[in-house]
Amino acid sequence: MNIIVCLKQVPDTETQIKIGSNSKSILTDDIKWVMNPYDEFGVEEALRLKEKHGGEVTVVGLGPKRVTESIRTALAMGADKGMLISDEALEGSDSLANAKAIAAAVKDLEYDLIFTGQRGVDDDMGVVGATLADLLNIPQLSLIVKVEVSADGKSVRVERPIEGETLVIESTLPALITAQKGLNEPRYASLPGIMKAKKKPLEEKSLADLGLNSADFGEGARKLKILELTPPPARAAGKIVEGETPQEKAAQLAKLLHEEAKVF
Amino acid sequence: MAQGVWTIAEQRDGEIRKITYELVSEGRRLADALGQELTVVLLGSNVKDKAAELAHYGADKVLVAADSRLEPYTTDTYVSVISQLVKAGEPAVLLLGASVQGKDLAGRLAARLDVAMAQDCTAFAIEDGNLVAIRPIYAGKAYAKVTFDKSWPQMATARPKVMAINEPDPSRSAEVMDAVFTLDDADLKTKVVGTVKDESGKVDLTEADKIVSGGRGMKGPENYNILEELADVIGASVGASRSAVDAGWRPHSDQVGQTGKVVSPNLYVACGISGAIQHLAGMSTSKVIVAINKDEDAPIFQKADYGVVADLFDVVPALTEEAKKYV
Repeated sequence: MNIIVCLKQVPDTETQIKIGSNSKSILTDDIKWVMNPYDEFGVEEALRLKEKHGGEVTVVGLGPKRVTESIRTALAMGADKGMLISDEALEGSDSLANAKAIAAAVKDLEYDLIFTGQRGVDDDMGVVGATLADLLNIPQLSLIVKVEVSADGKSVRVERPIEGETLVIESTLPALITAQKGLNEPRYASLPGIMKAKKKPLEEKSLADLGLNSADFGEGARKLKILELTPPPARAAGKIVEGETPQEKAAQLAKLLHEEAKVF
Repeated sequence: MAQGVWTIAEQRDGEIRKITYELVSEGRRLADALGQELTVVLLGSNVKDKAAELAHYGADKVLVAADSRLEPYTTDTYVSVISQLVKAGEPAVLLLGASVQGKDLAGRLAARLDVAMAQDCTAFAIEDGNLVAIRPIYAGKAYAKVTFDKSWPQMATARPKVMAINEPDPSRSAEVMDAVFTLDDADLKTKVVGTVKDESGKVDLTEADKIVSGGRGMKGPENYNILEELADVIGASVGASRSAVDAGWRPHSDQVGQTGKVVSPNLYVACGISGAIQHLAGMSTSKVIVAINKDEDAPIFQKADYGVVADLFDVVPALTEEAKKYV
């Protein structure tokens, strides 16, 4: 099986997000960049499928040069090849544009399956996978927690939890799957894996290499415009519930929830 | 010239899902702000009889796309039909719900229409004739105000349980029309081959009105029964923090947080949860937040409307008994 895994970097989830003085972007000085957690599930699932069915896993990352580190991590986990799509003109692109760049990079590759994370934990948009699938004219299976490829390698059966039930869905291949938490537990790269990764091929592609026009990318080409970033809305200050004993506090809380908050 | 607000109704097994009423209500407000009409697109197999109630919540028109191949939902059939209708009808604004189905549909639909889409929005407005949306980013550590440029229709999904539902007006009626579209069997690229119903009958956390959630302070899976008992009495669903899920105490589907579910209930009771940013990301739009934790320095108390500094093993059972007086 030939599997492509798409990834990007995001600020580590512990990061304090600070808004820049122009109110349109965040400050990036102190950020620790990591592989988007949902993309990790994609890498892991691709490796498991390779272990079961044979084949090759190619990791495609998009972003600035530092994304190379995360591609190397995926190679260290066991992926075979890497590709970084990087270009100054890509900075500030919206999801639609990013997906178009990835589509241009992968459209001529051989693949049975493409994995993306279900969303990036930076912009929380969750549309690159679907957009990529549409551009490549392949089915998408989003928010997936279980993947089984058929013995003949021509179809896949997946599970998607929806509200109150889990759907079992079948699709022909090639297809694109967006990985949801619960799909797997990603492995840690081993030391031998890290050493081997240094020798694995990792090519870099600019927009020009992909035959793309930089005018279609970046801040100026955005169809989704950011007007302003603000801190989260402040909640009114809360109160500490009084009482001498836990039981008294519980009684007071119940009273407040009923009479004041009116939630029951 | 793009005109009109459209929303896509969500139904399952012929029943309209609650998020649809949130969308229709919000769509009505936006249509009024634009001085234009609200059309609700209803897809499915046997759904025409549901059109009337959509009018009660504010629809001016209901466009019914009926076909056996539209039941159940699949991405490709819905994208094919809706994109045809959108190209013919040219709405200015197109709203969907950010439910599991909605997010799956909206992403691909936006791609097919080659338009931008604002996902999981918590507020909308019209400014200078354009849709403006507010959406949380970085798991709610910041909020973005976004709008659209040379992108019609202006598409967005609404976070479930945030938009206020209008009082239904049974005297309102809408023009119900049969949608014109073509569907090929080849449009059916994926197939739902089975469903596994959640036997517990629990309301999904993203749809729950009340949630009682347990974290590391629960000390082990066997103790969640005290939360289940409280939940039973007040009519809540039980959630968990990442610590509890990673420890194997509770299933993934119970996790509330940045890499779990984002919930917006009327009441969120956090028991033995310290309140790490990643957890807050999943519940900060809850209307009322209660924190029960014996550590008075726990960050959760910064976000809570009501904080109880005490041992949850004393408070929760007592709260269950007290709540019985009121429910």
